[in-house]
Amino acid sequence: MRLTVNGIEHDLDLDPRTTVLDALREHLDLTGAKKGCDHGQCGACTVLLDGRRVNSCLLLAVAHQDAEIRTVEGFEDHPVQRGFLEHDGFQCGYCTPGQICSAVGMLDEVERGWPSAATGGDPEGEDLLSDAEIRERMSGNLCRCGAYPNMVPAIREAAGR
Amino acid sequence: MKTFTYRSATGFADGLEPGAVFLAGGTNLVDLMKLGVAAPDVLVDVNRLVADEISELPGGGLRIGAGVRNSDLAADPRVRTRYPVLSQALLAGASGQLRNMATTGGNLLQRTRCRYFMDATKPCNKHAPGTGCPARDGDHRNLAILGGSDACIATHPSDMAVALVALDAVVNTSGPAGERRIPAEELHRLPGDAPERDTVLEHGELITSVDLPAVEVTNSAYRKARDRASYAFAVGSVAAALTVAGGTVGDVRLAWGAVAPKPWRARIAEERLRGAPATRESFLAAADAELAGARALRDNAYKIALMRNLTASVLERLAAAGGTR
Repeated sequence: MRLTVNGIEHDLDLDPRTTVLDALREHLDLTGAKKGCDHGQCGACTVLLDGRRVNSCLLLAVAHQDAEIRTVEGFEDHPVQRGFLEHDGFQCGYCTPGQICSAVGMLDEVERGWPSAATGGDPEGEDLLSDAEIRERMSGNLCRCGAYPNMVPAIREAAGR
Repeated sequence: MKTFTYRSATGFADGLEPGAVFLAGGTNLVDLMKLGVAAPDVLVDVNRLVADEISELPGGGLRIGAGVRNSDLAADPRVRTRYPVLSQALLAGASGQLRNMATTGGNLLQRTRCRYFMDATKPCNKHAPGTGCPARDGDHRNLAILGGSDACIATHPSDMAVALVALDAVVNTSGPAGERRIPAEELHRLPGDAPERDTVLEHGELITSVDLPAVEVTNSAYRKARDRASYAFAVGSVAAALTVAGGTVGDVRLAWGAVAPKPWRARIAEERLRGAPATRESFLAAADAELAGARALRDNAYKIALMRNLTASVLERLAAAGGTR
């Protein structure tokens, strides 16, 4: 099968049970995306699929051969990465690649005016980057170290860059 | 995970093969396959087969393609304006990542998160018919108070489906017997003595779209109680729409989530409310009437008080918002 990751096409011979996460980590040596829970509950495996953030542990590679996959290795000095460094948005770093990919996808959703559970009915005129909004929108990414307080300003600042 | 044959669907008949299961977003199915609870022989990928667009229906309703992702549906301006309860229910569910993959059809067909169902090593009448139900004497804190049976007290986990039931949505399917239109309220079945069947769908029958009828009440809301502020399944939820004229309830739609094996349309409460004063007392009395049929076990009796208060709170807020058409 064929997978397109960070702009490069790869031809792979994979069992149909292989997830995108396992294809990245075990077959393409892209170990940025992490296997935290492997059940879509922690967000450590988050990548961008055709620009949208998704849990790569729940994607079968065979079903996503036409997609453009972007992993944390595909970003270089991205404003979200700089924000995490400047604000010390991590401790052990295990969840960080997932947090970064998720934040990139989240900021794109904000850009498009998508509402969240924190927004209420109408996103018009709301501050979609308030603390409550960022926390709600990033709730699919857990951090066992509890580095959340510094991620919030890191993400908000990246939105302006 | 048991191995399987993967096939990208080219037509509706592809799902008729014995052992075949449809794959859409995969956010629940792939997880259940990892857990060994689902073990399809053939995985029929319908992502290229089903529509992923939302279109206007003649007369003012909307048709939601079964492949429309939960995040796109929640963000659609027509849905936000005309059916706020649906947008709110979607946004209350899962995470940004999951909503980006999960589809309208797949959300409806997700399975219960009862811990015994999710554990292939445990007895469970839903995943292994006839093996019994450990939840009755075990962990049933988040299981059903309405509509359960001796065989099964699992709750349906969807938020979206609760809103669809409140809105009188219709589920369109294509299957061996041709095309069907199934009221959302009738899609899921109560367990009785066959809890292995969640819905009335036949093998090979595919959800193609969901129709929302023309809006009669735009004053609607979804409220969800859960164990943490975000990214958790409901322990109880309320989808409601309300009109009030001269202090009296006009039209009212009420559906409850996480209290029954299916999204629970609270028709007894609705009946009590039509024409009644739009007051907290009425709202509580209506909830009580619906909850008279509740059967709680050792650790889930709190849901009775929760649903009573949640219902009154949502209806009070809608009444205060005007409740106008």
